[in-house]
Amino acid sequence: MKVSIEVNGRTVTDEVPDRTLLVHFLRETAGLTATNIGCDTTSCGACTVLLDGESVKSCTVLAAQADGHAVTTVEGLSGADGDLHPVQRAFREQHGLQCGFCTPGMIMASVSLLADNPRPTRDDVRAGLEGNLCRCTGYHNIVSAVIDASGQEVDR
Amino acid sequence: MSIVGTRVVRQEDRNLITAGGTYVDDLRPEALSGAAHAVFVRSPIAHARIGGIDVSAAKEAPGVLGVFTAADLGLAPHPAGPLPEPWLADGLVRYVGEPVALVVTEERYQLADAAELVDVDYEPLQAVVTVDAALAGETLLFPEHGSNVVQVHGAAEFDDAIFDGCEVVVTQTVLNQRVAPAPLEVRGAACAWGEDGRLTAWLSTQNAQMARGQLAASLGVGEESVRVIAPDVGGGFGAKIGADPEATVLGWAAKQLGRAVRWVESRSENLTAMTHGRAQQNTVTIGGKRDGTVLAYRLDVIQDAGAYPRLLMLPTLTELMAVGVYRFPRVETRSRAVVTTTTPIGAYRGAGRPEATAAVERAMDRFAAEIGLDPAEVRRVNFIRPEQFPYQSPTGASYDTGEYAAALDKVLDTAGYAELRAEQQRRREAGDPVELGLGIAAYVEITGGDGAGESGRVDIHPDGSVVAWTGSSPHGQGLGTSLAMLLADRLGVPLDKITVRHGDTDEVPNAVGTFGSRSLQLGGSAIRQAADEVIAQARELAAELLEAAPDDLELDAGRGVWQVRGAPASTVLSWAEVAGRAAGGKLSADVWFGDGKPTFPFGAHLAVVEVDTETGKVELRRIVAVDDAGPIVNPLTFRGQRHGGLGQGAAQALLEVVTYDEDGNPTTATLADYSFVTAAELPDFELVDMVTPTDRNLLGVKGIGEAATIGSTPAVHNAVIDALSARGVKHLDMPTTPIRVWAALEEAGKGSAQ
Repeated sequence: MKVSIEVNGRTVTDEVPDRTLLVHFLRETAGLTATNIGCDTTSCGACTVLLDGESVKSCTVLAAQADGHAVTTVEGLSGADGDLHPVQRAFREQHGLQCGFCTPGMIMASVSLLADNPRPTRDDVRAGLEGNLCRCTGYHNIVSAVIDASGQEVDR
Repeated sequence: MSIVGTRVVRQEDRNLITAGGTYVDDLRPEALSGAAHAVFVRSPIAHARIGGIDVSAAKEAPGVLGVFTAADLGLAPHPAGPLPEPWLADGLVRYVGEPVALVVTEERYQLADAAELVDVDYEPLQAVVTVDAALAGETLLFPEHGSNVVQVHGAAEFDDAIFDGCEVVVTQTVLNQRVAPAPLEVRGAACAWGEDGRLTAWLSTQNAQMARGQLAASLGVGEESVRVIAPDVGGGFGAKIGADPEATVLGWAAKQLGRAVRWVESRSENLTAMTHGRAQQNTVTIGGKRDGTVLAYRLDVIQDAGAYPRLLMLPTLTELMAVGVYRFPRVETRSRAVVTTTTPIGAYRGAGRPEATAAVERAMDRFAAEIGLDPAEVRRVNFIRPEQFPYQSPTGASYDTGEYAAALDKVLDTAGYAELRAEQQRRREAGDPVELGLGIAAYVEITGGDGAGESGRVDIHPDGSVVAWTGSSPHGQGLGTSLAMLLADRLGVPLDKITVRHGDTDEVPNAVGTFGSRSLQLGGSAIRQAADEVIAQARELAAELLEAAPDDLELDAGRGVWQVRGAPASTVLSWAEVAGRAAGGKLSADVWFGDGKPTFPFGAHLAVVEVDTETGKVELRRIVAVDDAGPIVNPLTFRGQRHGGLGQGAAQALLEVVTYDEDGNPTTATLADYSFVTAAELPDFELVDMVTPTDRNLLGVKGIGEAATIGSTPAVHNAVIDALSARGVKHLDMPTTPIRVWAALEEAGKGSAQ
């Protein structure tokens, strides 16, 4: 079927098999490979993107379901001049990433978390990111990054 | 001020947070344009004879380019001998997940449809799921070998006389359960043969050069005919060392089809076909006096090797590190490795050392409980003392440096140990159903223990830029930034002029790569050695240019300029000016740091847990850690390595376990079933710094990649048991899930009621 999705402000239209997943549409059709696939049970969150501003796991959304909607991936976060989004900046500053594989999804989930709760506690962040797995960081610095991005002081 | 030791944000990050890394599945090079896709058909049954494989329907499916089985490959199994592992199952399958056939299609979405049509006739055999069943030997995985025991090491017979004179002797079997490494990026590879007859293999690996050797040998071509490229790698944790069998089959298929082929496994495949870790059943016996002095220690290791023994040094490494941080006078160890009809066991963060530490730290707690002394005090009595270093352990390890008592004291002071014990007592007296538990682990581990060295190359160009190549293979550790910092410090060149490259065998032909926490101590020392050689070359050139004796020249590493000692500041030469005069157009040194002696990082951890005795639920409240790995290059990434280790170690104690049913069917084969630790289950980590250098490499550093994993598992495990100790629980195996805690309390309650 023909699917048309606004991805990071650019409309991407293509004829794809009906069963095409949004994550494959983003990676193969739109050519945006930052969004990763880490599992097959919607458990890991590596594929998290924003669909009309809400975080979704793009491995469990059909491209067809996103037809006519707007998707933001990590490639669409930084400004046109290359300025980092506050969440991107904070992940770097707080060493909230190591191998980087979970990072695009983790950043998008964090953007969504902060939209819902602009001044979260560390426990709020832990609960809010429970659906995004990371094997490298032990989560400590990811929590610090989200706290930092919210404008609060990181004290540990 | 030197940049080394300061907090530097990673050079690696910008791309990872804006465009995402370039992992195997993200690669879009010309050589892979139009590449076909591959999937492995895997055994759904633990142990069976293959009656036949009918691929005819699969071959007719849309888009299918080839369907291959063992009969097509004609590749000799590896290794030679009585325990060969076929590249594709040949007549028998020995674990669920074993590759049986390869299906190659034009489009990725055609793979699953075609794979489903491969019809394999399995004639089931008895599964061998436990080490006890393997030892019983009623069913043999390799009948021609005559036994399921594939390696025996250590004491031929145990001698009970070592416990003579002990006032107390305690024996405990400690299960170090099978866990899944589960890097976020699963395994993947892409293979393309060029018109020149050379294979290029992009592989998610920790060791491109080792993988090149494995692929060349298995495919029957020379090493010069294989180029391996490790692109960005999304975590490895020991489970991506070298090349797995799938890479060989993929390389073969690409040649057979005359077409580039790419493969990325699914997570379900990953959880059954990537090696698992740990899987030891260890029986400890500890004896000593009531004043806390341990006189004798015995460790009996049974390693479940899985269906194919891929890494039999694991149990012997456990034996090597058996005594940990203690000066036990009498010690004996033995290990046996057995095959079972389960996923093969390989390295996983710590690989052999966590098992040793978990065993001895449980033993110390059991011994302390038996004689009624505080576990911290019993440890202090038995620590190897600072003046005993270098220390020759009775199992053959040569510990370099250590301050074991100081590490424990720092942790206990920081945590407020006495107050925590008082709080524990208050709760008990009040009859609080939520018990507080304190768990101590003191550990020493071995890093860079493989004895090989590492390569390093440094070039300085006439524009003043520095390019370095390391034989290490960072995949998340931030080593590139650390090496750049070492170069900036040594050469006086700013970080933004330094590039560190790795992972392409055409660029770095000779290397070992990353495992065993070896990278900074060996790869870092190699880079330092190369930098010093470049400095020596530059000194000669600068001397000519400044018309001075080389010995009168000095490198001002603060400004990155060469000058004559005591001469006016006007007569200085920049790196660019010196490099511009070098023969060959650049300064260059390519070295092998071969003095690869192991080092012995150590530390102490305290875990604080709350255990709800009514529900069995364990909450990890605090973990306070000293992890001493000598001088710190970048505290940011040093702490990051510790955080990651603490998280994975705690996860094993609390949550994670790979399980099989009695027929050998995996019951944790998805991330919905495997209890992968999340942010919600871990506390903030409290890190305490301590620096004890080693004299065994140029930098004085020890490895930090695995250390915190090794300490945290027994600390958390001991904490849970400590919480339940007043209720009669002496031991409980990991993971300490609610059902196990509840069952242990039930069992202990029965005992006390009698």
